[in-house]
Amino acid sequence: MSSALEKAKAPPADVPRDGPGLSGPVLEARLARTWGRPRGLIGWLSSVDHKDIGRRYIVTALTFLALAGALALIMRLQLAKPENDLVGAARYNEIFTMHGTTMMFLFAVPVMQGVQIYLTPLMIGTRAMAFPRLTAVSFYLYLAGGCLLWVAFILNIAPDIGWFAYPPLSGPQYGVGKRPDIWAQMVTFTEVASLAAAVTLIATILKQRAPGMSLARMPLYVWTTLVTSLMVVFSMPAVALASSLLLSDRLVGTHFYNPAEGGDALLWQHLFWFFGHPEVYIIFLPATGFVSEIVATFSRRSIVFYPVVVLSVVATGILAFGLWVHHMFATGLPRVGYSFYTAASISVSIPTALQIFCWIATLWEGRPRLQVPLLYVIGFIITFVIGGLTGVMIAAVPLDLQLHDTYFIVAHFHYVLIGGAVFPLLGAITYWFPKFTGRMMSEKIGKLGFWMLFLGFQLAFFPMHVAGIYGMPRRVYTYPAGMGLEWPNLLSSLGSLVVALAVLLFVLNMVRSALGGRRAAANPWDGSSLEWATQSPPADYNFAHIPVVESRAPLWGSRDHLPVVHGLRVDDRELLLTTVMDAVPDVREPSAQPSPWPFISSVAISVMFIGSILSPWALVVGAIPATIAMAAWFWPKGPPELEPTIS
Amino acid sequence: MTLEPRFVRDLAALPTHAFSHRSLTWWGIIGFMLIEGSAFLLAIVAYFFLMSHQPEWAPRPWLPPDLFPGTLFTVALLLSEIPNSMIKRAANAYDTNNVRRLLLVMTLIGLALLVVRGFEFNALNVRWHDNAYGSILWALLLLHTTHILTDWIDTVVLWRLMNTAHGEEPRRMVDTDENALYWRFVWISWLPIYLLIYWVPRIFR
Repeated sequence: MSSALEKAKAPPADVPRDGPGLSGPVLEARLARTWGRPRGLIGWLSSVDHKDIGRRYIVTALTFLALAGALALIMRLQLAKPENDLVGAARYNEIFTMHGTTMMFLFAVPVMQGVQIYLTPLMIGTRAMAFPRLTAVSFYLYLAGGCLLWVAFILNIAPDIGWFAYPPLSGPQYGVGKRPDIWAQMVTFTEVASLAAAVTLIATILKQRAPGMSLARMPLYVWTTLVTSLMVVFSMPAVALASSLLLSDRLVGTHFYNPAEGGDALLWQHLFWFFGHPEVYIIFLPATGFVSEIVATFSRRSIVFYPVVVLSVVATGILAFGLWVHHMFATGLPRVGYSFYTAASISVSIPTALQIFCWIATLWEGRPRLQVPLLYVIGFIITFVIGGLTGVMIAAVPLDLQLHDTYFIVAHFHYVLIGGAVFPLLGAITYWFPKFTGRMMSEKIGKLGFWMLFLGFQLAFFPMHVAGIYGMPRRVYTYPAGMGLEWPNLLSSLGSLVVALAVLLFVLNMVRSALGGRRAAANPWDGSSLEWATQSPPADYNFAHIPVVESRAPLWGSRDHLPVVHGLRVDDRELLLTTVMDAVPDVREPSAQPSPWPFISSVAISVMFIGSILSPWALVVGAIPATIAMAAWFWPKGPPELEPTIS
Repeated sequence: MTLEPRFVRDLAALPTHAFSHRSLTWWGIIGFMLIEGSAFLLAIVAYFFLMSHQPEWAPRPWLPPDLFPGTLFTVALLLSEIPNSMIKRAANAYDTNNVRRLLLVMTLIGLALLVVRGFEFNALNVRWHDNAYGSILWALLLLHTTHILTDWIDTVVLWRLMNTAHGEEPRRMVDTDENALYWRFVWISWLPIYLLIYWVPRIFR
């Protein structure tokens, strides 16, 4: 009998464990030591705590939102009057490219994943993400990608090819210099980051749910996280592949997008939109998760028709992969292609409409409290329905061919993206702010900010429908007078100023509340899900004992006691794994300790990626330090212990 | 914890490791297989998209790739599943000695495969910059080579680790088991690519 087999059959080691004999403050002090991270800069860079990483993700993404928002303001100032010369044509190309790229790749997806990374372990009752070090790498690579793009902007070598970088404009013939390469490599950074976060979230949700939290009892927000993470897994390889092929066309002379040598620029469009359309739902579905949680809490009842909402989320996730060609109607398609993608594009509105009816029914059946998070939800429903309806309109090919590349499209996607994702996000930040910081946001400033944002948004974006119908094309730096475009543009510009003020107010409210807001109890809104069972903000270990879930609304079942399991070790980091469907306790597994190696690996990978903009050999040479760093990350740092650890 | 705990079950007796879908890292590996599988699938779609633009494939005057190195590689890769399955079995039986021996065998096989792969690039009869046909052939071969290379590095690191005291840890058997699982992905994903690189340009000539 081998030693490994003997160890496998050995009884549990005699190490301290939580339970009736080790509970309360003594346990909490020991857990704090086990789950805390070292102090100082090295400690900060070594953190693998999902709350640290989630918070960093959110703050970074909001910073990029502010930067991209400032660019939007510059564009609106330029367009406020005809034949304006505030910004020249070339700079304007850079600005709209930076705005779109930053909003989509550096704000919208990362902020959603940041919130998911922060909240998911808390909502499912576990102490850490499945792969904490991979989560840390995900953040560092995202940050590096964002810095690459914005440093390029400061150095005046920013991409100027639009956020979807169509060849041949982005190809070697027309995309001179390194601008498109910087765009393409920024995509590589953010996609690797996003994919790493998605895999981690999927494993966490499927294997680490609290005992009793079967899939049928999972919070709706966690359902949306699971579906969007799966969508990331299947869609983001498309853009990673597309941008790699683009880089290779530019760097080593391949011909993927070069029709003269058998390539095709449309290959780019297919690959890009096979990612790009699901991306919209990767941004939107988490927002529907926010809405479901907020509606339930502020209606003081569970969501009506929970299975319908879950199935709608899953259906949207699947249908989202069948729509990409509607971005390509103007490229010319076979007739059957037009019919199929029109039908698919219209059909995706059905599951979303079902969700909206379920929320309205919940509000109808409940006792709604009109506080700031719910106001954002109502603003979302109104705005998103308008955006959804214009989406159904442009799913029709004849109308789409007329409106393609006009401001009508700009209006449409800002209605669905700001209305559908940013409004719920701001509601969610307000809702979970006490959990993030331990303090409440000001209700009074919040309400003022909401109304400014809601009305300012309509003022900024509704006139764009009109400008588009009048024929104003997207991505032009100015327009002539006398075409009926003066008023819609001036109104849009005024509206954008109101939006900017409202966002500024929201940020001021965040800062002021984080510093001196009213202290929050564990469950200040009387929410029903597990994140409200732990203190605000949560301790490093999240839960002193792993909770047991007996219903879909665990905290509304019993108001004074929380059923828990015990027996996890407290002298080292340990997680409880449960079965995928029914969340039956199955295995105790170690969780990774803090480590600087994820950061060092990220630096090595970043050098490799950025170097490859200049020479393909950077991939070969740069892979060596990256491999060494990752091997060091995996390698155990001490002799084996009584029970497994990840040092 | 703000609510009073009500203890319902002691979990100390649960195991500290498990194989297959009971292991957390297994799910991570499945996730990365899905990602890489999606990338392979999309590259294959791109192959057919580009192929649809050509009256013949491989386009004249380029010759289809020579069969010998790619076929040799494929046969060797398929045969590598024998020691790979033996490793999986040894890992599940907690047989450290056999795992150590077989990991060395897999390391040597991986190295040999990388050498043969080098000759494959030379046998494509087209360069990546000649035309889109050459570009996609090189892309598919390169994409797969990165998988052979990364799994080989993984195997080398694991082989070294298993030769330390950590090789006696049951949990490391799970690592070994999952490394063998990933190798299966590497060879299964090669089979369609082998057909696309070596046979489709012959059949559709």
